[in-house]
Amino acid sequence: MAEVFAALTTSHVPAMGAAVDLGKTRDEYWRPVFEGYEFAKRWIAETRPDVVILVYNDHATALGLDVIPTFALGCGAEFEPADEGWGRRPVPMVKGDPELAAHIAQSLILDEFDLTLINRMDVDHGLTVPLSMVFGQPEAWPCKVIPLAVNVVQYPPPTGNRCLRLGHALRKAVASYDRDLRVMVWGTGGMSHQLQGPRAGLINSEFDARFMDLLIDAPEEAASIRHVDYLRESGSEGIELVMWLIARGALTPKVRAVRRFYHVPASNTAVGHLILENAI
Amino acid sequence: MKEYDDIPGTYVFDAERARQGYPLNRFCMSLMHEDNRKRFKADEAAYVGTFGLSEEQVDAVLSRSWNRMLALGGNVYFMAKLFFTDGRSVQFACAQMAGMTQDAYAQMMLSGGRSPDGNRYKREQSDG
Repeated sequence: MAEVFAALTTSHVPAMGAAVDLGKTRDEYWRPVFEGYEFAKRWIAETRPDVVILVYNDHATALGLDVIPTFALGCGAEFEPADEGWGRRPVPMVKGDPELAAHIAQSLILDEFDLTLINRMDVDHGLTVPLSMVFGQPEAWPCKVIPLAVNVVQYPPPTGNRCLRLGHALRKAVASYDRDLRVMVWGTGGMSHQLQGPRAGLINSEFDARFMDLLIDAPEEAASIRHVDYLRESGSEGIELVMWLIARGALTPKVRAVRRFYHVPASNTAVGHLILENAI
Repeated sequence: MKEYDDIPGTYVFDAERARQGYPLNRFCMSLMHEDNRKRFKADEAAYVGTFGLSEEQVDAVLSRSWNRMLALGGNVYFMAKLFFTDGRSVQFACAQMAGMTQDAYAQMMLSGGRSPDGNRYKREQSDG
């Protein structure tokens, strides 16, 4: 049987992807960030997931304002890295898992999560930067990736509670798949940042630390954080953190945090990263 | 009054702003394509004029008044297409929105970013 055996969370700052693509990861500015992901590179080589369900948001790339799905599952066989206006990132094509995605779609919808299904979509830095941070620069990504795009651009995003519940449903969906697969769920985005207005540049390290504490040990409490508090405390773009709750919800109630990393800044953003394993 | 209206210096891109900003953001989105960037650069006003923006929105675009664009329904991920068309970074634009030089803004980020203290409620700022 398939199983979600671990979760990984990470910021998906576009400048981190540019640092990889331009060979700047050892520069003074970037070294502390990339050293923070060395553990993840070793860990992923040992744990070798077959499939990653990658929770992220599109940034006005494939999804503009014409169609705004709250939760959209990528069901296609492949997803091309997007041209976001300065050329495509030099990263491999993202290979999906249409069979598992179809199973998940059916399971989640019958579990009352009314997903949008997407068969064709380019994927932007929200999805490809986490892959680069964890896998580096391989010829081909070493596992299949099912994109799960969440609207966090037009307010309101789904509530933290809804995201945690979606994670629970995702866990059930994967567990009912009749094939031996090792599946991870990654939650991306955050941590605190604000990219707009006179308050641009807001960073709240205390909020971020508490969020990570709660996500690990008290996810129901993390899920109860209200939208207005994300906006006020973690900045208008910090609200992306609701996506981490989907990854957390896909694990057992108790988890082991095998990696925790935090750094300020990457460009305009606080970088946070966790690796969580089911604790039995 | 929405519950987030008392957050200072922040334009929440809610459904109302999205409705108002639809033509503005659609214009920005068009700049993802090189052909459109060329047409825009050749005659900014003529190009923007094809998207049905309000006069205020057109003026905000042409004068690169980022905060006014935000107030009129612009969203930063769409506006980023305009930053890049201008050969500018998101950090450049964020510094301008914050009324800072890019150097001062970058230094603030290196020093841990803008503190939330004193930046949570408008009343904290009006009280000085």
